[in-house]
Parts: sequence; structure tokens; C-alpha cells
Amino acid sequence: MLLTNLEIVPGHRIVKHLGLVQGSSVRAKHVGRDFMAGLKNIFGGELKGYTELLQESRQEAVDRMQEQARAVGANAVLNIRFSTSSVTAGAAELFAYGTAVVLEG
Amino acid sequence: MADLIIFLTLLALGYFFGRLAESRHYRSIIKREKALARIPAIASKIPSPDLKPQQTVLVTGSVVISVDYFKRFLAGLRNLVGGRVKSYESLVDRARREAVLRMKDQARVKGASLVFNVKLETSSISQGRRENSIGSIEVLAYGTAFIN
Repeated sequence: MLLTNLEIVPGHRIVKHLGLVQGSSVRAKHVGRDFMAGLKNIFGGELKGYTELLQESRQEAVDRMQEQARAVGANAVLNIRFSTSSVTAGAAELFAYGTAVVLEG
Repeated sequence: MADLIIFLTLLALGYFFGRLAESRHYRSIIKREKALARIPAIASKIPSPDLKPQQTVLVTGSVVISVDYFKRFLAGLRNLVGGRVKSYESLVDRARREAVLRMKDQARVKGASLVFNVKLETSSISQGRRENSIGSIEVLAYGTAFIN
């Protein structure tokens, strides 16, 4: 499965459009990470726990999108976009979407 | 009185450790930017037709950075008089450059020569205690790496 945020892939031709596919994941952080983040709020610096957490959940969103694309019979997802929104104070939603297509060549 | 002592201690801790962390981070950013300068990150959407990569991969880089206590206090004061909030400017600058560097690093590991259609996304992570406390921000950089 080819994933890209370009609209066209050089050297390939789009033979079929299969529409929008999407994947999302909502994650909450656990108390230990929150505590460390509280300390970091005093000293400043990177919150490694959060970076990892968001990376994991973004990967999950991409995986779900890929699964959906596979289900409709695509071999590539083009024009992928990411978006983040905080649902409540403790949780964030990571969202990935793109266009499922069949590529040739 | 005890409250005042705690407040001043936090302020001092934030000032010293925050400055240390920031200057160390900037040094590392500048060093890595030089090392990764050979992989350009391009923001344009449509690749030139003479580029014929064998493979394209989606690369991402993200970082969550928090501002220190002292700078948050300064920004609070700034809110009263208005004007440039320099303490937050350096925070978002560091976060963006770090995210782009991480994305480029992923591209380097995959053997790419350039990254196309780079997009940056910034979101603030709320701590939930107060409505307007911009404790920390997340920056995500993503693009398509061309592998020759």
C-alpha cells in the first residue's frame, strides 16, 4: 500500500478513484505521564511521553485508514492529511484521511 | 508567606532550567540542521515532471514541547500590556524546527534525497486546569520523501 500526501505520484497513473478513506483514534494519557508533564511545565522542555503517545495514536489512525482503503480494493492512498483536536481536557483525537485510488505502472 | 516562597522558587527553577534547556535545544537544532541540509524539505504541491523517484514514502515528525514556569509568568504579564510574546515565539520556533528535523531524519534513514509537499500542523495540548493556559504545544510535520 502506497501512502503519500501528494495528489499525483510521478511515474504512476491513477486508473480508479475509490473515494475518501479515514481513520481516527482517541487517546487519553495516563496519570504517570500527566505527573511528569506537570513537572516539565515548571522546567520547560520536551514532553517525551506525550510525543510518543501522539505518535502511537497517529500510527493507529493511519493503520485504520489503510485498513479501510484495503477493504475497498485500493492499492494507494493519496493526498493524506492529518488533523488533531482535543475532545476533552484529558484526551486528544488524531485523525487521518485521504483519497483511495488504484494506481498502475 | 509560604505561598510566596513556593511561587518564587518555581519562578527561579523555571528561569534557570528553562534557559538551560532552551539554549541546549537550540544548539542541537542548529547542529542537526547543518547535518540534514542536504535533504531539502519542499513545500510545493506538484513535483517537477523530470523527477522520477523509484519509490515515495510518507514521512512524519512530531514533538510536544512545554514552556517553563518563568516564561509562562512573563507571558501572563504580557497579556496585560499587549505586544509580542517573545517567550512563546521561541517555543513554537523550537517545536517547528524540531518536528521538521525529525521528519528529515526519518527521510534520511529511508535513503531519501528530498521531501516534498511538507505540511506543518500545530495544536495546543490543554492541561485542563485553566481555560487559557497554553502549557504545551504539539507540532507535526509531514511530507512525501522521494527515494531514488
